[in-house]
Amino acid sequence: MTGSAAPLPPERRREVRRQALSVGGATGLYGVSFGALSVASGLDVWQTQALSLLLFSGGSQFAVVGVLGAGGSGVAAVATSSLLGVRNGLYALQTSRFLGVAGLRRLAAAQLTIDESTAVGVAQPERPAQRIGFWLTGIAVFLGWNLMTLVGALVGNALGDPRTYGLDAAAAAAFAALLWPRLRSGDAAATAVLAVFIALVTSPLLPPGVPVILSVLAALAVGLRRGGRHEGSPTAAPGELDGRDPLP
Amino acid sequence: MTTWTTVLLACAAAYALKLAGYLVPAHWVEGERRSRVIALLPVALLAALVTVQTVAGDAGALVLDARAAALAVAVVLLLVRANFLVVVAGAAATAALLRAVGWA
Repeated sequence: MTGSAAPLPPERRREVRRQALSVGGATGLYGVSFGALSVASGLDVWQTQALSLLLFSGGSQFAVVGVLGAGGSGVAAVATSSLLGVRNGLYALQTSRFLGVAGLRRLAAAQLTIDESTAVGVAQPERPAQRIGFWLTGIAVFLGWNLMTLVGALVGNALGDPRTYGLDAAAAAAFAALLWPRLRSGDAAATAVLAVFIALVTSPLLPPGVPVILSVLAALAVGLRRGGRHEGSPTAAPGELDGRDPLP
Repeated sequence: MTTWTTVLLACAAAYALKLAGYLVPAHWVEGERRSRVIALLPVALLAALVTVQTVAGDAGALVLDARAAALAVAVVLLLVRANFLVVVAGAAATAALLRAVGWA
């Protein structure tokens, strides 16, 4: 119970803001390539923008336009998109705990529950920072992604392939950097190693989206072990997670 | 299915999946072990996501290219306690440079 009600010091606030905006910026730029690819796949500007506004989950959106562009059926497009979207619901199990939202805010939080907002939120040790990280990242990505989708849909891929600038590697590095401090906990490190292994083994065999969902087994295997240890936080009392506050 | 039907169905399914996580009854996710599993879920999912983003090729087959080199640079920068932005920019620059010279 480390004073979750205490205000966040200004330097921590700045640090969270910097993480949120840099993740939002890099992701937003990728929206150009989504907008351009979507229009090139035969969707119109409105359909393209509807996906960014309403679906708002990059991997699933690329799946929809990729399947349709390749001549696949609508059913296949929705199925692939939804498989990739399952992880957002699993993130929500944890984000809902630290956000403590109800009513309209809960509906908004659900729409903003994606890789980026979750990664920045769960990377913060303090409750107020978790909330700021989630909301700020979610809103920054939402605005940037939608604006750049429109740019891409209207003027085509003005930036060229985002991979030219290493933007794909930037996203993976940002997630790794956000996970990094948590890996000091033995449980989290074991989970991450197992999840990487599951993804490596199953990626060549299973449809896109499934290997990431199967990594849930890593969290189950480590979390359900009898008397799970917390090497990284030897002082943690039962119910404390990686030294965080027990949940209300 | 028209394109609009496909688009709107995909959007509805995606939102339903997101919202479902917020509507799970509290007693399903209470208790020490369940809390532990749920706290570990984002770790597992993001670790797997980074893996797939880094080494999965078009058909899911494993490929070692500029992405893997970039992640290796990111890990080295994390080991020397570099700032978040330095890690992200370092990885992007590594991938961009390797692709520019045509090595990966």
